[in-house]
Amino acid sequence: MKLGYKAGLLLIAGVLGGCADTPKPIYSWDNYQDTVYEYYKLETGAEEQIAALKAGIEQAKAKDLPVPPGLHAHLGMLYSNTGHPELAGSEFEAEKVLFPESAPFMDFLQKKLKGGKK
Amino acid sequence: MRHLIALTGLVATLLLAGCAKPVDYDYSAFRQSQPKSILVLLPQNSSPDVNASHGVLSQVTLPLAESGYYVFPVAVVEEVFKQNGMTNAHDIQGVSATKLREIFSADAALYLEVTDYGASYKVISSESRVTVSGKLVDLKTGQQLWSGSATASTAEGNSNNNGIFGMLLEAAITQISHTLTDKSYDVAGVTSMRLLSAGRPSGILYGPRSPKYGKEAE
Repeated sequence: MKLGYKAGLLLIAGVLGGCADTPKPIYSWDNYQDTVYEYYKLETGAEEQIAALKAGIEQAKAKDLPVPPGLHAHLGMLYSNTGHPELAGSEFEAEKVLFPESAPFMDFLQKKLKGGKK
Repeated sequence: MRHLIALTGLVATLLLAGCAKPVDYDYSAFRQSQPKSILVLLPQNSSPDVNASHGVLSQVTLPLAESGYYVFPVAVVEEVFKQNGMTNAHDIQGVSATKLREIFSADAALYLEVTDYGASYKVISSESRVTVSGKLVDLKTGQQLWSGSATASTAEGNSNNNGIFGMLLEAAITQISHTLTDKSYDVAGVTSMRLLSAGRPSGILYGPRSPKYGKEAE
């Protein structure tokens, strides 16, 4: 049913987006926004959220669509919060490669990591 | 699956019926600014529900990104504010454009306010309604590029006069409500798509990552 719901959402997005010519989404959304919401709700642990995002990245590969903006950076934050600064660093780097618009902010986050903040 | 096919048919009918003509809206500042990246700040909440700000904030990346913008990771951005002692929307939205640009190098910032969020109980029915208004501001000039407001409600699905939108909304909500989350969060998703999808009358313009960028009628 999960799939049906995503498809429903995309249909709505299509209708709201206006005319008919590009119904195809730019990104593979999967559970990104829901995972962000769970981060706020504190109902699932950080490890579960990390697993969900990693699954989302695999899904995107399978669909041959890019992951949404922010996903790698969000994953990097979760890694950083759970004591994996080197994994966090490579996620910030991945965000930068996919979205050069994020570069100054990602550099800012990298610097904080190196500065030994938790 | 059968639901999906029915929905697709309805959507096709709607689309064949034609596209809405854009109403007059002054996009001159927006066109001139050509923002590529959008920083969404924690929404102000004037509804009674404490989850409103985060419920809405979690749902805004999709419409903005699908409209062609880079959207800064909302939770990471909030974390940075928190580490600098800013924990509420009032303080965060009060940070100057210059400062925001310095830290994030974003082209534009989106300021949101949630006025309705959550269930309200009426005599014969209850509904879950989410209303959000927003304005997009250029961080280089401080100039306002766009503003708008949108609402969505579970009650829409129950009234026949709302046509296709109501039916779609109802389908989305009845399906979604079986999953992990609460109804207001789901309705917030519909609201944010209405507010922040490009190509709608008086809506935002397409951004550079969209294939429709720059192709809108003048």
